[in-house]
Amino acid sequence: MDIKHSTFKGGIHPSYQKELTKNKVLRPVSPPETVVIPMSLHIGAPCNPMVKKGDLVKVGQRIGEPNGFVSVPIHASVSGEVISVEPRLHPNGQKVMSVVIKNDMQETISEEVKAKGDIDSLSPQEIKDIIFNAGIVGLGGATFPTHVKLSPPPDKKIDFVVLNGAECEPYLTTDDHLMNEYPEKVVHGLQAMLKVLGINKGFIGIEDNKPEAIEAISKAITDNDQIEIYSLHTKYPQGSEKQLITAVTGREVPSGALPMDAGVVVSNVGTAAAISDAIKTGMPLVERIVTVTGSAVKDPQVLTAKIGTMVRDLIEECGGFSEQPEKVINGGPMMGIAQFSIDIPVIKATSGILCLNKKDAYVKEPSLCIRCGKCVEVCPVNLMPLYISEHSLKGDYDKCKSLHAMDCVECGSCSYICPAKRTLVSSIRVAKREIVANSRKGK
Amino acid sequence: MNEQFLTVSSSPHIRASHSTGSIMRDVLIALTPAFIAGVVFFGINAAILTIVCVLASVATEALIQKFLLKREVTINDWSAVVTGVLLAFNLPVSAPLWMAVIGSVFAIAIVKQCFGGIGQNFINPALAARAFLLASWPTRMTSAAFAVDAATTATPLALIKGGGEAAGGALPSYMDLFMGNVGGCIGEVSAIALLIGGIYLIMRNVISWRIPVIYIGTVAIFTLVFGQDPIYHVLAGGLLLGAFFMATDYASSPVTPKAQIIYALGCGILTGVIRLWGGYPEGVSYSILIMNVAAPLIERFTMPKIYGEVKDNA
Repeated sequence: MDIKHSTFKGGIHPSYQKELTKNKVLRPVSPPETVVIPMSLHIGAPCNPMVKKGDLVKVGQRIGEPNGFVSVPIHASVSGEVISVEPRLHPNGQKVMSVVIKNDMQETISEEVKAKGDIDSLSPQEIKDIIFNAGIVGLGGATFPTHVKLSPPPDKKIDFVVLNGAECEPYLTTDDHLMNEYPEKVVHGLQAMLKVLGINKGFIGIEDNKPEAIEAISKAITDNDQIEIYSLHTKYPQGSEKQLITAVTGREVPSGALPMDAGVVVSNVGTAAAISDAIKTGMPLVERIVTVTGSAVKDPQVLTAKIGTMVRDLIEECGGFSEQPEKVINGGPMMGIAQFSIDIPVIKATSGILCLNKKDAYVKEPSLCIRCGKCVEVCPVNLMPLYISEHSLKGDYDKCKSLHAMDCVECGSCSYICPAKRTLVSSIRVAKREIVANSRKGK
Repeated sequence: MNEQFLTVSSSPHIRASHSTGSIMRDVLIALTPAFIAGVVFFGINAAILTIVCVLASVATEALIQKFLLKREVTINDWSAVVTGVLLAFNLPVSAPLWMAVIGSVFAIAIVKQCFGGIGQNFINPALAARAFLLASWPTRMTSAAFAVDAATTATPLALIKGGGEAAGGALPSYMDLFMGNVGGCIGEVSAIALLIGGIYLIMRNVISWRIPVIYIGTVAIFTLVFGQDPIYHVLAGGLLLGAFFMATDYASSPVTPKAQIIYALGCGILTGVIRLWGGYPEGVSYSILIMNVAAPLIERFTMPKIYGEVKDNA
């Protein structure tokens, strides 16, 4: 198989720290005593709980009813008794209505879960329904419902599906392990997506710091002339949707538009594997791979965890904290969200739990901008972060808008590279929020 | 283990290891070979003058920040040290110490702090101070001052301007220019020392290659086109010091690649014009100062095209 090489303009080379978990064997977490399943596991309207205290549920049983088009059902990840339906802390920092299930350790599988046949015998609409019913969302972190992504309006012609296996976030080896262990699932899921869209060209892009994954996927597509693999230069944010599209297809997503406007659908490799499971075994998305890593964890691991497993249990599984953690981050160090509690559940977006000690989490106080221009050099969107930030801090959001603040992908490369340690991306986020708020007011 | 005190902040959660201070220290490391060359060719006075400039610059910055602005004193970012060294490098070794002090105070107090401190100065502080001294005490700052021995040695560029050997002095060889065995300011004479420092800065990613390479290249081509010896023009005078260390000053040069290219071209052409037809033998300082002033304008007219930008078809 021919492997093509590519990359994008700009970007940074942070210390990757992937060796902490790179060679660990992927294994399941010991069955949790209880799981807490929030009714908001995707972008879009939260689900309505379909069970009440005292109900008995089985693995894969639907417990959350979707609400609107941009929403997917939610399923029980363990079998047992619902002990409460109440608001619980969510990784987004808010309390969200959640179903708490006491695990009976029987792993009784719901009757709803059965194999759906093979792609050739299923119609595109049937596959799309399977994807919706399995509660599949983008597992890269955005958790956008996949069936919506696969339903472009009729005037948008899709030419390619690009699977994102870049995993450019430092520390995380979630997708790396997935591609190594289950390359055939990734390829199968991609074929299903191609069938839904009625097209025959798919790409898988992987950063070249994962040679084993590239080899595993290459082997899995040997006899497949629909799918091509791209070895991407290891550089952050290679896995950013727009940057990946440009690296692989040479196309640019127009400013303010979506990938489908460039004729491309992008999806994470984990999402493709989940689609494969939903078709082959009928099991909805009730577990995912999570990298638990960082300097404050005793024994970093890559674990398959039931959705709803508490982060505290995951850390215990890794031998607990090795020292006082300064930061616990849901996701990677570049775009992940710092948590104030470890009593939060694993959700569909949890690609990693990163625990940093004081030394690794230390950031100097910001000082004055020296206009070195490094933020301009690394910005993958070609923005001038120093000026957007300057105007944002002054409250001149109109000026931020004219400097294209809305095109910022919030990758954080500017803040990372800034020698004066200015919090550039944060102030650009503020500007984006204000610009959106102002335009709503204008209407 | 107490996880009640987790720090919560906005991403990214990791940062590059460099800092303003480490960048300024890199600039000082890059200036060290030229400093050594200065001391070798001009004697211990070169070192004394440099130290006085550094002390005066740092003291001015600290005093202004502490007593006048009542702000945090930021001399530990090393930027005042860099300004001091660069100013000294632009003085003849015979410059009196009081002049060094006046220049340093002017550079820091007027050019840097009056406009808001680090990153805000619209022109290069060391060069502005040099221009100020040149205007105030021209005889002490120009040819007459470049005394190496008892005899006065004109700078190489003054020699060509004056008609070369016909004017009395013998033109120095390429080798002397390359090593630094010529008349001139403390930090500008040794081409090899400046090249080593410049390459170090580019390798350490402190500066990009664009400004120095395009600036020097433009001067070479310009002088060649007008029938002069380009190698001589590149090696002699303050071009290498200016191109690697002064024109690349962060605050007073443009931040975008396209603007940097135009800025460097402008520096090169102006230097050529002043050297060939201007009243001064040397044109590097004024060229850079003029382009410093033009930098914001160049930036405004060369806004980078962003990813996915659609042309307005209105």
